Amino acid sequence: MNVDRGAGDGGHERLRGEPERRREADGGGDREAGGSGASGASASGTPRLHLAPSPHIHSPDSTPRIMWTVVATLVPVIAASTWFFGLSALLVLAAATLGCFIVERTLGERGSVGDGSAVITGLLLGLTLPAGIPLWMAFLGGAFAIGFGKLIFGGLGQNIFNPALLGRAFLQAAFPTALTTWPALAERWTHIYASNLALPLLSPGKVDVVTMATPLGLMKFEHQGTDLLKLAIGNTGGSLGETAGVLILVCGAYLAWKRYLNWRIPVAIFAAVAALSALLHAVRPSLPGAPFMLLSGGLILGAVYMATDMVTSPVTNLGSWIFGLGIGLITVVIRLWGGLAEGVMYSILFMNALVPFIDQATRPATFGTRAARKETA
Amino acid sequence: MGTFHHGVHPPELKELTSSLPIRRMPFPELLAIPLRQHAGAPARSLVKRGDRVERGDKVGQAVGFISSSVHASAAGTVRDVRLWPHPDGSMAETVVIEVDPVSPQSLRPRIVPEWEGLTPQEVVAAIQDAGVVGLGGAAFPAHVKLAPPPDAPVNVIVANGAECEPYLTSDHRTMVEYPERVHFGLRIMMHALDVDRAVIGVEANKPDAIEALRSTVPEDLDIRVEGLRVKYPQGAEKMMLESLLGRRVPSGMLPMHVGAVVQNVGSIAAIAEVFETGYPLIERIVTVTGPGIRRPANLIVPVGTRIADVLEFCGGMTPDAERIVFGGPMMGNAQPEPGAPVLKGTTGIVVLTGEAIARERELACIRCGRCLEACPVFLDPADLGRLARAGHYDEMLEMHLSECMLCGCCSYVCPSHIPLSQMFGLAKAMTRKIERRRKEEEESAAGAAA
Repeated sequence: MNVDRGAGDGGHERLRGEPERRREADGGGDREAGGSGASGASASGTPRLHLAPSPHIHSPDSTPRIMWTVVATLVPVIAASTWFFGLSALLVLAAATLGCFIVERTLGERGSVGDGSAVITGLLLGLTLPAGIPLWMAFLGGAFAIGFGKLIFGGLGQNIFNPALLGRAFLQAAFPTALTTWPALAERWTHIYASNLALPLLSPGKVDVVTMATPLGLMKFEHQGTDLLKLAIGNTGGSLGETAGVLILVCGAYLAWKRYLNWRIPVAIFAAVAALSALLHAVRPSLPGAPFMLLSGGLILGAVYMATDMVTSPVTNLGSWIFGLGIGLITVVIRLWGGLAEGVMYSILFMNALVPFIDQATRPATFGTRAARKETA
Repeated sequence: MGTFHHGVHPPELKELTSSLPIRRMPFPELLAIPLRQHAGAPARSLVKRGDRVERGDKVGQAVGFISSSVHASAAGTVRDVRLWPHPDGSMAETVVIEVDPVSPQSLRPRIVPEWEGLTPQEVVAAIQDAGVVGLGGAAFPAHVKLAPPPDAPVNVIVANGAECEPYLTSDHRTMVEYPERVHFGLRIMMHALDVDRAVIGVEANKPDAIEALRSTVPEDLDIRVEGLRVKYPQGAEKMMLESLLGRRVPSGMLPMHVGAVVQNVGSIAAIAEVFETGYPLIERIVTVTGPGIRRPANLIVPVGTRIADVLEFCGGMTPDAERIVFGGPMMGNAQPEPGAPVLKGTTGIVVLTGEAIARERELACIRCGRCLEACPVFLDPADLGRLARAGHYDEMLEMHLSECMLCGCCSYVCPSHIPLSQMFGLAKAMTRKIERRRKEEEESAAGAAA
């Protein structure tokens, strides 16, 4: 019988310099102790014993499986945005993902592309971008997201901020015009916006684009509402992933059911946004009400796919509630009083920074360190 | 139905053996009986090479109170007392007996102790003398739990029939086939502890065991049989007490500090046997199972039988067998050595194939929080894992590392396949070592000062 570990080595070490009698006794015993199994079976074809610490079984879930399942649930969302914005949507998503992929592949740990996290970052970043953005910008954003959002911290699991949102924050700071130029919906799904093909360092604004204001922009700058049904279906202006709210919720529900995302986070975000905006609407009716605030902008995408990023959200359930509530409240504040129309990105990034503190404050009490509950029997 | 918080749901995989009646295995040619088969001090050998021993003769004497005696599982000749591969991976002092092939292996007639006339102290002594230890795996000497210190008054006995480890069915078959023995063992324990109440906890996936126990409860005893939710580690002492009684053992304390003694049903049946027949613990019921064994079985195996002999009796291993595990797959030890013996605490021999073993590349922690939701004692395995990597053992102790019972739940759920419970086992060993060294240094410093 073959064993991965040399079984007799220790015994022979000990034997050195000891009387002959002992050596003989041990030698004979070793045959019996170690080799008795082999005597019954030929050397070839006997099982090779493998040693490992317990537990010897494992749940079927693995990190790559979680990541690739998330990617799979994004497919319907991507299809919807292609429906609304034409092939441009696919080009932008591909450019952002390529940026992530190349940086992860060249600068990341060997084989780390296979875990799927870089692809998620690329797709999520792409979904936060307008359809008409020049592709090189999307690519650059993806590269930045992985390089500065993840690898610089030490790779998977080490980053503080959601890499996709960090990539978007970088693009927003570097190219504010391109990031807020929202093209009108495509007439056919084969449509490609001319601005996509702009070359690096040329101003994309010079390319002719028919633009369309986002519902939040309309609300903020022109005090004009948008039909709620249109908002829910996604038939409005906005970034690639802003427009398919219902679809994102369905995909998110599937992930929550698979326990690949913590449902408490999106629920807390929605609850906080709904409660605060309803309250403010009651006090000042000119402010938008809860349904509009929930359905508009990137709130649904952010709540379901960004805030629930495991790496950058709390590990405890209580912490997840706090984290989600914080995101919701900050989002409303930025949207109503900030200089920007949308606040989901900054509110998530801000709460990301607080996660270590939230985790520490909500760490569960070890078994037996708190008083017992009432005796049941 | 009673349960505890957190925990995991591994596949039960008990159907391989759960309906197979217990059979007796023939005596092997050779027995290797380690003097250390229990928690506490190893026994002292009473025999030497060439001695003739009868089945049931004591070959190792308990040393001190937290220790247990060991006995010859078959008649034969002592070939040697020497180092032999131990299932824990080390070499241990072992009585090697060449079994007498012509002996009828009948037991020497003995005087059965009349338990009713015995004082609690005498019952405790008889159990220690018979070498009864916890048969659930940890092998803590059974008599110690029957002699609690006066400051921890015990008012209930909990019989642990959870058997929450996948694959294992030895306790299950014991409860189905020998329910009266369990009740008799409880009667003796209640007598020794002067307790008038006992509860038997059985996971709900063993309805036949629950039924067998319920229908045989003696009328004069207050024994309740409770079904428990199927969840790992339901059979851990502290989980069991929470599930059955709602009593939570404070951190760093023992079940007796909440007035309870927990004993595995197999051990209780072994106690009963001592007072039914007078014979010591020389054999036990072992589940031989797993995808890598040809004929799974629930066997009565003489203590000291080598693994290879047991596997051979069960038709041998399949060609794709890769790992032999003593105990269940969640907490059991992988065996490198087919010549290592079955111990008193060996609940099962599980032979796993490559397909059943999870062997994936370890990835970085993605902070998914599953380990926190799995940990039955509410630790933060993710953070503890980081500290273990960095060697920050003091900080780990501050985060209650000592409460970790190495149940393996965190490792089981970790999607990145981080060997958390292995790291915690090492850290526990390291902290014990550091603590010992610190004590030694203090003593030598004190000695130098004096």
